Amino acid sequence: MRPRRAAAVALRHFYLLRGSVARFLPLFAWVAIDMVLWGFMSRYLNSVATPGLDFVHTLLGAVLLWDFFTRVMQGVTMVFFEDVWSRNFLNVFATPLSISEYVGGLVLSTIATSAVGLLVMWVLATAVFGLSFAAYGAMFIPFLAVLFLFGVAIGIFGCALVLRLGPASEWFVWPIPALISPFAGVFYPLSTLPGWMQAVSWLLPPSYVFEGMRTLVAGGSFSGTSLLWGGGLAVVQVLLASAFFSRVHRHAVRTGLIARYSAESVS
Amino acid sequence: MPPLMVTPVTTSGPTRVPPTSKVLSVSSLRKAYGGTVAVDGVSFDVGRGEIVGLLGPNGAGKTTTINMVLGVLEPTSGSIHIEDVDLARQRSAALERTNFAAVYSPLPGNLTVAQNLRVFGLIYGVKSLSARIAELLEEFDLVRFRDTRCGVLSSGEQTRVALAKAMLNRPHLLLLDEPTASLDPATARDIRERIRDFASRGTGGVLWTSHNMYEVEDVCHRVLFMSHGKVLLEGDPRTLPGEHGKASLEELFIAVAREPLALERA
Repeated sequence: MRPRRAAAVALRHFYLLRGSVARFLPLFAWVAIDMVLWGFMSRYLNSVATPGLDFVHTLLGAVLLWDFFTRVMQGVTMVFFEDVWSRNFLNVFATPLSISEYVGGLVLSTIATSAVGLLVMWVLATAVFGLSFAAYGAMFIPFLAVLFLFGVAIGIFGCALVLRLGPASEWFVWPIPALISPFAGVFYPLSTLPGWMQAVSWLLPPSYVFEGMRTLVAGGSFSGTSLLWGGGLAVVQVLLASAFFSRVHRHAVRTGLIARYSAESVS
Repeated sequence: MPPLMVTPVTTSGPTRVPPTSKVLSVSSLRKAYGGTVAVDGVSFDVGRGEIVGLLGPNGAGKTTTINMVLGVLEPTSGSIHIEDVDLARQRSAALERTNFAAVYSPLPGNLTVAQNLRVFGLIYGVKSLSARIAELLEEFDLVRFRDTRCGVLSSGEQTRVALAKAMLNRPHLLLLDEPTASLDPATARDIRERIRDFASRGTGGVLWTSHNMYEVEDVCHRVLFMSHGKVLLEGDPRTLPGEHGKASLEELFIAVAREPLALERA
């Protein structure tokens, strides 16, 4: 793997972001709106709920972490979609660029774009609504790491899906976070869910993050081993998603899909 | 039917440089989609300093062949070597020596000329990239479009950008799929000059497809006529028509398109 090639994929996206307000604004605009909405919601709930309950750290903190995961996933898929929209597959895949370098480029790009979203959320949540990351302790960084890996896994999976099913299947990719969120227990403990949903939840790395976050805010102790499981799952899912992308790409090369990829030829 | 007695129309053609080595070797290449055979056991090579025209009617298998050489389509069987590198086994190493421009694959219109060249220059691992970009902008008369988005350029300007990108890594094998389609005659002649210059340097070979027989006769040292996935004829574009009783390359092309079986038997 040559890092310069992966960097080229990320550089292409940087050029696009730099030259387009329509691309740059969504990096932080929607998450900022989320922070404002849920920040005031948390304040209101704090004022009407039993004293001692801290909605800023449970609710607003959860929204911040979930939005971070969503930005990571979209950071990966957006770079890929730019190639779909500009019908750039032939130019990109007829070069020495390997699949691992291409996927590496998607990940490099999302590191930068998701960091912008995280920074804006952090500034708003702390400066306006008094969210303190000290409430999560040293576990906050591992929480972000697990969500980042899971976002990368889902992003790569989404790219593979669109490569296989065609540009119209973008529609399947955008709602994936909404589909996952009831199972991940973003806003409630997993014990709230019926047994079968809990079984699904334990396969999702964010479940470990949000359970841990709530435990820490409530003043309980949270086992790092549990989060290690979440992290391990996320790593396995990144590898599985990469293998899936590679397999779909191989199919596309065998069938000629890469060379004539368009809405007309695939869907 | 006996062959017509005609006087072939010939042009002087490009100066023939005897190829010193092969930059592309295609052997028994076949691509089948289920029961449909798109390319059927094609073998040919391209020498260093040589411009080879790949001709044939629509659906003959030219673009399928080029896509296999570009590594974006897996052959059902057969082999492709770029210089001595097996494309199937060492894809990246083989494609580092290759580049292409195709009328149906313009560079992203939402990036400027310089941005596109930088991105692809990094992918191809071009050394001293800034200097190389400046050199190509000069060579292809693109300096004033350096910071212009490719999408707003004219067809001719976009073709020049695509060719500049194709020259970035000083390829040993240059694949050109109808590079002058939709260009005005003056721009097309300009493009042909540049491709001839590239080949005459003797570092790389060119595989060129075109439906403009005048252009092919003017540029190519050798042509391969494809029909129904097979190479039916091969030879010098200036003498091949006469060898098959046709007055011009265009007439030969039409014969290949309409009566491929007769030519195959011949």
